[in-house]
Amino acid sequence: MPYIPHTPDDVRAMLVAIGADSIEDLFDEIPAHLKAAGKLDALPEGLSEMEVTRLMSKRAAQDAGAVSFIGAGAYQHHIPAAVWEIATRGEFYTAYTPYQAEASQGTLQVIYEFQTLMTRLTGMDVSNASVYDGASGLAEAVLMSLRANRKSKSRKVLVPTALNPRYTSATRAIVENQDVALEMVEFDAAGGQTPLEMLKPYEGEDFAALVISQPNFFGSLEEVDALTDWAHANKMLVIGVVNPTSLALLTPPGEWGTEGADIVVGEGQPLGVPLSSGGPYFGFMCCKQKHVRQMPGRIIGRTVDMEGKQGFTLTLQAREQHIRRSKATSNICTNQGLAMTAATIYTSLLGPDGLGNVAAHCHANTQALADKLTAIDGVERAFTAPTFHEVVLTLPKPADQVLAALAEKDVLGGVSLAKDYDMASAILVNATEVHSEGDLDLFAAALKEVLA
Amino acid sequence: MSETQLIFQLSHPGRSATSQAPKALAEDKLSAIPAHLRRKEKPGLPEVSEMQVVRHYTNLSAKNFAIDKQFYPLGSCTMKYNPRGANRAAMLPGFLNRHPLAPESHSQGFLSCMFELQNFLKEVTGMKGVSLAPMAGAQGEFAGVAMIRAYHDARGDDQRTEILIPNAAHGTNPATAVMCGYKVREVPVGPDGDVDLEALKAACGPQTAGLMMTNPSTCGVFERQIEDIAKAVHEAGGLLYYDGANLNAILGKVRPGDMGFDVIHMNLHKTFATPHGGGGPGAGPVGVSERLLPYLPTPMAGQRDDGSYHWIDTDTLDTSIGHLSAFMGNAGVLLRAYFYARSLGREGMIRVGEFSTLAANYLLKRLEAVGCTAAYPDRRASHEFILTFAKEAKELGVTAMDIAKRLLDYNQHAPTTYFPLLVPECFLIEPTETESKEALDEFVEAMAAILEEARNEPDRVKEAPFTQPVRRLDDVKAARELDLTWSE
Repeated sequence: MPYIPHTPDDVRAMLVAIGADSIEDLFDEIPAHLKAAGKLDALPEGLSEMEVTRLMSKRAAQDAGAVSFIGAGAYQHHIPAAVWEIATRGEFYTAYTPYQAEASQGTLQVIYEFQTLMTRLTGMDVSNASVYDGASGLAEAVLMSLRANRKSKSRKVLVPTALNPRYTSATRAIVENQDVALEMVEFDAAGGQTPLEMLKPYEGEDFAALVISQPNFFGSLEEVDALTDWAHANKMLVIGVVNPTSLALLTPPGEWGTEGADIVVGEGQPLGVPLSSGGPYFGFMCCKQKHVRQMPGRIIGRTVDMEGKQGFTLTLQAREQHIRRSKATSNICTNQGLAMTAATIYTSLLGPDGLGNVAAHCHANTQALADKLTAIDGVERAFTAPTFHEVVLTLPKPADQVLAALAEKDVLGGVSLAKDYDMASAILVNATEVHSEGDLDLFAAALKEVLA
Repeated sequence: MSETQLIFQLSHPGRSATSQAPKALAEDKLSAIPAHLRRKEKPGLPEVSEMQVVRHYTNLSAKNFAIDKQFYPLGSCTMKYNPRGANRAAMLPGFLNRHPLAPESHSQGFLSCMFELQNFLKEVTGMKGVSLAPMAGAQGEFAGVAMIRAYHDARGDDQRTEILIPNAAHGTNPATAVMCGYKVREVPVGPDGDVDLEALKAACGPQTAGLMMTNPSTCGVFERQIEDIAKAVHEAGGLLYYDGANLNAILGKVRPGDMGFDVIHMNLHKTFATPHGGGGPGAGPVGVSERLLPYLPTPMAGQRDDGSYHWIDTDTLDTSIGHLSAFMGNAGVLLRAYFYARSLGREGMIRVGEFSTLAANYLLKRLEAVGCTAAYPDRRASHEFILTFAKEAKELGVTAMDIAKRLLDYNQHAPTTYFPLLVPECFLIEPTETESKEALDEFVEAMAAILEEARNEPDRVKEAPFTQPVRRLDDVKAARELDLTWSE
């Protein structure tokens, strides 16, 4: 029996101890007509580890082999071998949430280190132990801003259209049930940014927060200082949505404008977590000290034991569902612990210079890719704003058609902006440190053929 | 074990794991980024060697209890063996490197696994449709209650403002109802562990949007009146939500769909043996009855007539409650669950419910025999059961928390303590089907020894643990003098 150790002798001895004649007797409190006997017939026979591995290897191989330039919220990076070899050690992989602190000091210290790393990258005061992903993290940040902004009575938040549309839709799906509305701010069609003038119509109005995405979905860099100061002057909190790799190079949100952002969230995947079809990733969430009691999710504190020795423990639990039930800051319980552990190891391995070099190569490779692609007739940069590691290009043919033709050549040439932005001939492309000069040339050659 | 320094304390300026990052680029390669958007100082990340990192985190891992090391009988958490084969399969390069937005032409392998997993979960739960999108149990609960709301809204039935929840429920249930914009009304549980049916009937009305419940309940017993409960809620126009936290107990024996539930979530990190990872990631797929099919969260995997697979998203299912994450949920966890389901097959699924129930009833009887007090002695245990130490607390001054901490010294992870809230000084114990009889017997011996200590040398119990990396921690200091980040 897979994973079940009991021999027939064990079963007999256990039934004797219970005083039951058969295992079926143990289900005698369940009404007989409800029992599922014979109802699982659509399930296949069980397979051995070798057989399932063979089957899944075949399927995994079906999806492999292409060179990809898709970013749009999830990015390819080199992941040091040590990251997942350590993260999948049984002691991390098969441990539970660290409620028994004395028997969980490993996980607890990792989280405390993670919290410290994230505050240093973002320039914020405090961090939680992770939320599900960047998009749902933004939903939590929006709900948090309503609780934290004492100067506002609004249940509305300003969100740039240039934010990753998947973040917008997930946030909407999560917050609308609580009658929270997202007001969409247009972007400048030439720059691909959200300049101050787009905010002018909302001046003096009551909103709980302004969301600022740096870089935005188009890869463009926003004028974060001016946007932050505008929001604060209008009594709004600032929610920064950032890419953690970029923070090795860009101004941390804690230093945006005069006062810095109030809440910062983002997708942690670039920090050592594989693409893996979209998850498990982890969302990070940081804030100013004064808002810490409004933060959702687990938070670890450093303290001492009864002998005065340093130790780590879950703290501020009165915010959480297992204590506060219907009055909790969120319903979140399980988070993304293992991915957070991997990110802690990754960030420690890279260090400030290593992460800076990764960010620099991402930027430089994307610039080089854009140069090679715009050398092709009819391919142009869609926007004028400076970019980090993604760029929007317009093509002389419909984007969906071009991407399908590229895919046939095993080149995944980015994502189409036809559906989300009504830009039928625009694609969003990304390159990172993993792309070689040869990869960039391969893309350029394939695109040239497809457009010919 | 010695105090481990923080990774930041190992840092020396100029040191690095050189082989892990690309070489530095000339500054002019960054000239396209305006200077005023650049960071003034580099971030204060640790500067350490590769071996320092490996040694540091390996040593930290040794400070954890884990299923791979110890018996871990946490009630309602289903800490069963996490097959290593599932991990290897999910980490195959083709799966690991697949971008979530890769075109369907380059996703057929992955989509086929997801499509089959949806079907397996439909079959074992008796529901009509399944979405794998929610990323954990609590997000599955959110999706479920949001679908209940979407259903009422679509019918113009806007008077329904309340969700009913038994007072033994997990804290996520009331927190979820509030996140979906509902008020919570708690329903009492009777002395035998079943819901107080008369109180429930009295609470049902035109304001009832639905009822959230777990069956077997968090009292560790099967709710015998489930059909009457379903009838009462349905007659009032409400829908029934099944919290799948305890699905392990009934896998292959009873299906929530057959019990009358309209929507359920499953915790694959419990029932389908994916790892807990020190607090996550999980996966919380939802299953629904016919009338909630239009509202399932997206994306889902579908199959065309020609056998190929495709995504079902909001462009074709515009009644969906929408996306709950940027992409499609915790795909890597779902692949591990798929491996588990294929490896168990039909017979294996049925055995899960049987042997987890056998283990729990055996452990309960053995613990009663060595002097432990069952909270519901006249009931069958499901896959878990409750002990109460109210007598020990009163007579010996030894609490459930003390016994939990002392268990750590016996190399046994403590069960869930002080939950459900309605049983004083309680343990909720769930042994799972993957523990051998010898492991269960060792736990009984440890409990017998601790009860003996509680009577003869109670300080051994009250001051425990003695063998862990730290003694009991000062939680009050942790909350009053917040120290949430390291500073040099």
